[in-house]
Amino acid sequence: MSLIAIIVDVLSWVFILSGSFILVIGALGTMRLPNFWTRLHAASVIDSAAIILLFIGMCLQAGLTLVTVKLIIIGVFLFITGPTATHAAANAALVSGARPKEAEGFTGAEPEPLTKPDPDPDSQE
Amino acid sequence: MRSIITVFIFIGLWLLLSGVYKPLTIGLGVLSAVIVIFVTKRMDSIDGDRLTIDLKPVAFLKYIIWLLVEIAKANWTVAKVILTPSLPIRQHLFTVPYSQKTDLGQVIFANSITLTPGTVSVETEPGHFLVHALVYTPDTMEELGEMDRQVSAIEQEPKP
Repeated sequence: MSLIAIIVDVLSWVFILSGSFILVIGALGTMRLPNFWTRLHAASVIDSAAIILLFIGMCLQAGLTLVTVKLIIIGVFLFITGPTATHAAANAALVSGARPKEAEGFTGAEPEPLTKPDPDPDSQE
Repeated sequence: MRSIITVFIFIGLWLLLSGVYKPLTIGLGVLSAVIVIFVTKRMDSIDGDRLTIDLKPVAFLKYIIWLLVEIAKANWTVAKVILTPSLPIRQHLFTVPYSQKTDLGQVIFANSITLTPGTVSVETEPGHFLVHALVYTPDTMEELGEMDRQVSAIEQEPKP
C-alpha cells in the first residue's frame, strides 16, 4: 500500500467517524430536547453535517469510480430534499395549529390567517 | 436542437448510473433516453411550463462554499447546546424579510435557512418568511440578513 493510499484511507475514516459522531449527537438531541420544534433542529444537524461528512468519507473510500459519481448525485438530492422535508414537517405543524413554546420575554410571530383556496385558479396572482 | 442536447445529457447520465457497458444495455439506454424525450416533447405541446435558472454560475459556487462554512459554524453551536447538561435553549418564532425577486432565489434562501441547524423556515408569506430558531440571540437576525444579501447577490436578471 502506497503512502497516498494510506493517507486517503485515514482521511476517509476520519470523515466517516466524525460523521457518525455527529449522527449520535443528533440522535441524542432528538431524545433530550423537550418538544417537536426543538427536536426538528436536532434532526437538521443530521440532515446537514452528518450527511456531508459521511458522503465525503464514502467518496474517499470508493475512489475515482462510478460509485463516487452516484454518491455525489445522491448527496446533491439529499441536500435539496432534506431541508424541504424539514420545512414540510414544520409547516404542517404550524398549519394544524401547533405553536412553539416561546422563551421567556418573547412573543412569537403569528402567521397570517389561512385563506380558503380560490375556486377560480385563473384569478390567482 | 434543444432536444438533441437533452438526449445526449440523458445518455451521459444513463452511462454514469449504469456501469454495465454491453451493446445491448447501451442500446436500451439510448432507446429509453430517446423515448423519454419524445414523450416529454409531446407533453410540452400541451403544457408549455418552463423553468429557467437565473443564477450567476461562479457566484453560485462561491455561495455554496460560504453556505458550507455557515453550516459548519451552526452545527458547532447546536451540538454544544445538545451536549450542555442544562440545555440552554431560547426558542423564538420570528419573521425574516426576503429581498429575492425570483422564485428560485426565494427557494434557495428558505432552504439555506433550514439547512443551517438552529433555524428552520416554517412558513412563507408575501415579503417575509416565518423562521423558528432554537437559540435566539440578537445576532441571529444579522446572520440571516447577511444570508439574504448573499442569496440576492447570486440572482441574475431574468431573461425576457
